[in-house]
Amino acid sequence: MSIDKIDNLNEMHIDVLRELGNIGSGNAATSISAMLSKPVNISVPIISIVDYNQATEMLGGPENTLVGLLLMLEGDVRGIMMFLLEKDFAHLILNSLLGQNLKSFEEVDEMGLSALKEIGNIMAASYVNAISSMTGMSIDISVPEISIDMVGAMLTVPLIHFSSVSDKLIFIQDKFCGGTDSAEDAQSHILLLPEVDSLNNMMEKLGLSI
Amino acid sequence: MNEKLVTVGIADCNVVKGTGKLVTYALGSCVGICLYDANSRVAGLAHIMLPDSKALSQNTQTKKFADTCIVELVKMMEQLGAKKIFIKAKIAGGAQMFAVKSNSEIANIGARNVEAVKKTLASLSIPIIAEDTGLNYGRTQYFDVETGQMIIKSGLNGTKVF
Repeated sequence: MSIDKIDNLNEMHIDVLRELGNIGSGNAATSISAMLSKPVNISVPIISIVDYNQATEMLGGPENTLVGLLLMLEGDVRGIMMFLLEKDFAHLILNSLLGQNLKSFEEVDEMGLSALKEIGNIMAASYVNAISSMTGMSIDISVPEISIDMVGAMLTVPLIHFSSVSDKLIFIQDKFCGGTDSAEDAQSHILLLPEVDSLNNMMEKLGLSI
Repeated sequence: MNEKLVTVGIADCNVVKGTGKLVTYALGSCVGICLYDANSRVAGLAHIMLPDSKALSQNTQTKKFADTCIVELVKMMEQLGAKKIFIKAKIAGGAQMFAVKSNSEIANIGARNVEAVKKTLASLSIPIIAEDTGLNYGRTQYFDVETGQMIIKSGLNGTKVF
């Protein structure tokens, strides 16, 4: 049975997505950890099918300001990938790479933006590579675009993109925690939001089409 | 601060009469439309997501779209005693959150939303007296019924009063 609406995902589908998220984020964490020379921990991915309001609540409320990086997935898997970095995680990156001390988001300069984009690029590439080699599908990613803004405003981008299919979003959400002292604070989230037909393709490649 | 604050969610609209404030959080490429009849002191706020209800076949949520939601909001205001000829509009939002270059909808949905809102308001002969639209940042929109002011707060771009 193919998935025609994301509301119809069953337990097995969810498990597969969780595993994909796990492998993708594991790979991404390794890359970023190497780049920052710091340990980066990941949590077990949360797979959720949520509406906009639930999604923003999961990410700290609509007005919570985060660094957002948006990448489009093309090729065999189409969809949207977003990285949302809490201020402390952005600080961790800018501090490791540029020696900057980020007290507020207003201070992020061009150099900082470009460093954050580069991290997004590396994280996305390693994430997608892992999924690509697991499923044998070829996936291209676009150059990341960055925005530092309210999470509610940024999430309307995928919401509108998928609005012709559903009012709900499928979230494959991975949490990254960086730094040794304040592990809980320095968090970031990866959201993978595949198109429904790409989701079906992935399931089929993994032998779950039934 | 125990004045009435009415929250309007995404793809929704609401009205208040007399006193209080309306608010909608984190407008991205969505557009928030404040309508106000100063005579009857009836105010309405709509938060639309997409320009055109006719673009989608399975169209159950009229409040998602500029064309249908604004018409509905005007009706709700009229039920509270507003007169269409006195209604004026203040609008905000319609940003492009990410500088995506591609042809995709993501790139220009904000501008299309603003355009659709203006077209719908024009067809209802409602004048737009203030506007804070476009650019690339999110906005939270308040409307104060007592003063008729629209207050726009943003993450990194401060607060503005219209």
